[in-house]
Amino acid sequence: MNGAEFVPLSLVPLLTGICVAVACALPGNFLVLRRQALIGDAISHVVLPGIVVAFLIGGTVSTLPMLLGAAGAAVIAVGAIEAVRRLGRIETGAAMGVVFTTMFAGGVLLLEQSDTSSVHLDVEHALYGNLESLIWLDATGWSSLLDPQALASLPVELPRMAATLLLVAAFIALFWRPLKISTFDEGFARTIGLRTSPLGLALVIMAAIAAVAAFDAVGSIIVIAMFICPPAAARLMTNRLEHQVAWSVGFATLAAVLGYVLAGYGPLWIGMQDSVSAAGMIATVSGVILAVTALVGPHRLRGSAAPVG
Amino acid sequence: MSIKLASERHPETGQTSREDSPLAVRGMTVSYGQKPAVFSVDMTVEPGKMTAIIGPNGAGKSTLLKAALGIHKPLAGTTTVFGKPVGAQRHRIAYVPQRASVDWDFPTRVIDVVLMGLYPQLGLLGRVRPAHRARAEDCLTRVGMEDFASRQIGQLSGGQQQRVFLARALAQDADLYLLDEPFAGVDAATEKAIISVLKSLRDAGKTVVAVHHDLSTVTDYFDNVFLINTRRIAEGPVKTTFVTANLQDAYGGRLAGAQMEALALS
Repeated sequence: MNGAEFVPLSLVPLLTGICVAVACALPGNFLVLRRQALIGDAISHVVLPGIVVAFLIGGTVSTLPMLLGAAGAAVIAVGAIEAVRRLGRIETGAAMGVVFTTMFAGGVLLLEQSDTSSVHLDVEHALYGNLESLIWLDATGWSSLLDPQALASLPVELPRMAATLLLVAAFIALFWRPLKISTFDEGFARTIGLRTSPLGLALVIMAAIAAVAAFDAVGSIIVIAMFICPPAAARLMTNRLEHQVAWSVGFATLAAVLGYVLAGYGPLWIGMQDSVSAAGMIATVSGVILAVTALVGPHRLRGSAAPVG
Repeated sequence: MSIKLASERHPETGQTSREDSPLAVRGMTVSYGQKPAVFSVDMTVEPGKMTAIIGPNGAGKSTLLKAALGIHKPLAGTTTVFGKPVGAQRHRIAYVPQRASVDWDFPTRVIDVVLMGLYPQLGLLGRVRPAHRARAEDCLTRVGMEDFASRQIGQLSGGQQQRVFLARALAQDADLYLLDEPFAGVDAATEKAIISVLKSLRDAGKTVVAVHHDLSTVTDYFDNVFLINTRRIAEGPVKTTFVTANLQDAYGGRLAGAQMEALALS
């Protein structure tokens, strides 16, 4: 594919997909190690009604109101989980599952009933996003990357997602040591004066920002997959956190690129007419990567190989 | 006012005053549910000594330590470390949690765990210099783990894990060492290595407090004991405090009379 075709049609979706995948995978490393991976799942479900309500109130799809709506929904979810747990006498895990699914389903209904035809906000969009529609109309080739006029029509999702990635990466880099110490040994972390509760909350907020920003571009499926699959696969490749994070970034990027290409051209290769959802394919590829590392990753057997006692 | 009352508690016995004590706890009460785990406990640790916190399972030994350090939020109670609030004295405290309290499958190496003890010096972004690394390696040598620096922590035995935790505490270069069950589930060689390190700390003027569960080694290892069973039972030198009457109070029917006779000094 030459630049004249690739740059306007595929460059922006590819880069956005990579930004989404890496922005979710970075905090995902710590969420998985803290056994909080479910929080990523929770966020991506619960944000939907919050985003829809924020749109109904504000009338626009922009990041800050959506983030506030998602935060409000998260607070309601926490209260609802507690209520279901106590009033329904149901264990916490089941209560969480019930609340997430109900809120997501409620968000879907709300979306169907409200007039969102003016914006890219509908049920399919909520699940799969609109990665393929991020077409850079004014681009004519690679030279457009240096052309201010062409850059002005760059789909807003890309700079938004790039800024989100930068924010998440800066947070992880700045608080690397406190995050590592408190994830490994929270009690010790407190005795050396680290404020572990605000730090843990900040990590969840970072994950939420990534999820909400990504939601608009790629929908919720890819977000759930990217929080968990690349970090979990990376853990099977190495025994050092520094290397694990690097592997997870590599796997997330690989999933984004491979997923996008397979979704666009894979069906044609096997003789089918239409391409399939890029977000769906990216999530699928990340799952396949995890499956492969689980079978051949060098550190997959560490649990049974380690001496006991 | 309360400080004054506390320090005047036993004027005639010449006990450590609260201001001098490396670790002084007053009225500590902690609860996990309805029932208090620790109730209104006072403790005044003597400086430059090794003190064992002993009591039956579920007596609140670890909880007392965690509440004193601010890891758990107590319902009531205050802690001072060398006469000042614990928050202002973090640099003088080294804490060794129970080995089983962390996930040893965490992706990191032995040397990285020891370097965690240097975080107060390194800060958020300070570079790990050769001097820091040398210090961490020296601490590993002191616990006999110098050959394991590059090992993944999940590949260690229980005793080796405990030694790595002790090395991290040594890296903190503290004045007060607090250990939660340092001998739980470790091999005999590790137990010997740990006690010799702790005694050398004591001989260098440091204060050591350990939650301890093996009554048969109390007289060999420790100078002082603190007996607890939700409430404070007794505290003082092993010779006068580790006695049948106090053990009876702390353990009730859980220790046979003959066992107590054999363990206690009188």
